[in-house]
Amino acid sequence: MSPTGAVSALGAWTLGAVRDLGRFSVFSAAVANAGRRPPLRLRRLVDEIYDTGVLSLLIVCVSGFAVGMVLALQGHNTLSRFGADAQLGAVVGLALIRELGPVLTSLLVAGRAGSAMAAEIATMVVTEQLDGLRMMSVDPLDFVVAPKAFAMILSMPLLSTLFVLFGIFGGYAIGVVVLGGDGGTYMSSLEDAVEFSEDVLGGLVKGTVFGVLVGFVATYRGFTATPTSAGVSAAATSTVVIASVATLIVDYFITALWGV
Amino acid sequence: MESERQQAPRECSPAPGQRAREAGEPAASPAQIEARGLAYARGGRAIFRDVSCRFPRGRISVVAAASGGGKTTLLRMIACLIRPDRGEIHVDGAGELVRMSDAEVRAFRRRVGMLFQFGALLDTLSVYENVALPLREHSRLSEVEIAAEVRRVFEAVGLEGVDDLLPGELSGGMVKRAGLARALIERPDILLCDEPFSGLDPPTVRRVEDLLLRVNERVGATMIITSHHTESTLRIADHLVMLLEGEAVEGAPLELVHGGDERVVDFFREPEAAPRGVGAR
Repeated sequence: MSPTGAVSALGAWTLGAVRDLGRFSVFSAAVANAGRRPPLRLRRLVDEIYDTGVLSLLIVCVSGFAVGMVLALQGHNTLSRFGADAQLGAVVGLALIRELGPVLTSLLVAGRAGSAMAAEIATMVVTEQLDGLRMMSVDPLDFVVAPKAFAMILSMPLLSTLFVLFGIFGGYAIGVVVLGGDGGTYMSSLEDAVEFSEDVLGGLVKGTVFGVLVGFVATYRGFTATPTSAGVSAAATSTVVIASVATLIVDYFITALWGV
Repeated sequence: MESERQQAPRECSPAPGQRAREAGEPAASPAQIEARGLAYARGGRAIFRDVSCRFPRGRISVVAAASGGGKTTLLRMIACLIRPDRGEIHVDGAGELVRMSDAEVRAFRRRVGMLFQFGALLDTLSVYENVALPLREHSRLSEVEIAAEVRRVFEAVGLEGVDDLLPGELSGGMVKRAGLARALIERPDILLCDEPFSGLDPPTVRRVEDLLLRVNERVGATMIITSHHTESTLRIADHLVMLLEGEAVEGAPLELVHGGDERVVDFFREPEAAPRGVGAR
C-alpha cells in the first residue's frame, strides 16, 4: 500500500470509529431513556437478571476461588522472603476488592452473558422479531434492550462481590489450610487493611461502571448487527473483544483519576 | 376475474373485489394507499427507479415480481420500516408516510397489521402471549377480555390447542396462521402480508389462500400481499401490481396477464415442459 493509501485508510478507519462511537452514545442515551419510561417491565427485568446473573454464578464463584488460591500461593512465596507472611490476608483481599474482582468478573461476564445477549438480540434482528415489535408499535429498545442492559448493570457489582468473597475463601484455603498459616492472622490483616468507603465502595463503583460498559456494548452490537448468520457471530465476538478491552482501559482511568 | 375464481373453486365466500365485479360495480375503487415515484437503491443497485402504484380500499392487492424484484421492499416502505430515497406514499386518513415523525409512524402502525414471511413471532413467548402482546401493550382490557379477543382471532385463523406452544414448536403453516392472528388482534384496516405462501406445501397454500380471503371478507381490511406464487396470485388478487425492472405495472389481474406487456405475460406463463419421465418411453 502506498503512503497516501495508508493515510487514507487510517483516516477512513478513524472516521468510522468516531461515527460508531457517536451512534453508540445516542443508542446508550435512548436505552437509558427507554428504561425510565413506564411501563416498568419488572417481570422481564427479573428474567434477564436470572439469565445474566444467576446463570453466571458458577463460573464467577469458581473463578474467584481459583484466583484467590493463586494469589495466596504467589503472595506467600513473595511475602515470606521479607518475613511478612502475616500480611497475606491483606494482600489477597486488597488485590481482589480493588482490582481483580471487578475486572475479572467483567471479563468473565462479557464472555458468558454479554456474548449471549448480543447473539440473542442479533438473532431477533435476523428473524425480524424486532421489526415485528415495531409493527405492533412496541419500541424494541424499551421491550427488549433496556431490560437486558439494566439486568447487566444490576448484576455486575453483585457478581463482582461474590467473586471477591470466593477469592478470599480461596486465599484462606491455601494460606491457612494448605500452607499452615494462622486463620486469625489472615482475617485480622484483611480487616485492618480494607477501608469500606475507599476499597469496598470503590470496587462496587468499578463493578457498576463495568456493568454499564458490558451491558451497553452487548446490546448495541446485537441491535446493530448485520442481518445474516455471520452478523450474529460477529456481534457476539465483537462484544467480547470490545467489552474486554474497554473494561481494561476504563479500569486504568478510574484507578489513575480517582485512586480507586 | 370471475373466471379466475372459477379456475380455483373454493368453499369460502368470494372476496369483496369479486363481489363488486359480480354486482356489476366498477372494478376501480378509491385508493387507500398510493405510492408516487418511489426510488430506492442499495449497494449500487437500483431496486426501484420510479415506482408508482395504488392499492384500493378493502380489496386484496397482490404485489408480484421475480425474486429480488422489490416486493418486500415495497411492503416495508408502506410499513415505514424503510424509507425510499425519493418519492411519496400517501395513505388515506394518515397522510404522507415518508416524512412522518416517529410518533406519527407509531400511531399509523396501530392501524396496520403485518404478517412477516417467517412469522417474526417472539421466540421466547408462547403463541398466546405473542398474540396477546399488542393488546397488553396498548389497551386497558382485563386478562379475561384479552383472552376473549385472542380466542376470536384464533378462531378466525383456525388455530387451536397451541396456546402454550413456543413458535419453534409450530409447523410452517401454523406459524403463518399465528402471525396472521397477531396481525389481526388489533382489528387493523390495512393488512400487509409478506410471502404468505412461500415454503408451504400445496394443500397448506390453499388453506392460507382461503384464510386470507375469509379474513378479507370478515374484516374488510385493505390487504397487500407479496407473492411470486403465480397460481395463488391469480386465485386471490382483486388488484395486481407487477414490479418490473424498478417500475410498476398495475391493473386487474386478468387484464394484465392477458395484456400486451410481454414481461407480465412471461411471468405468469405456465410451464410447458412435461414432468420428467413422462413420454420417455
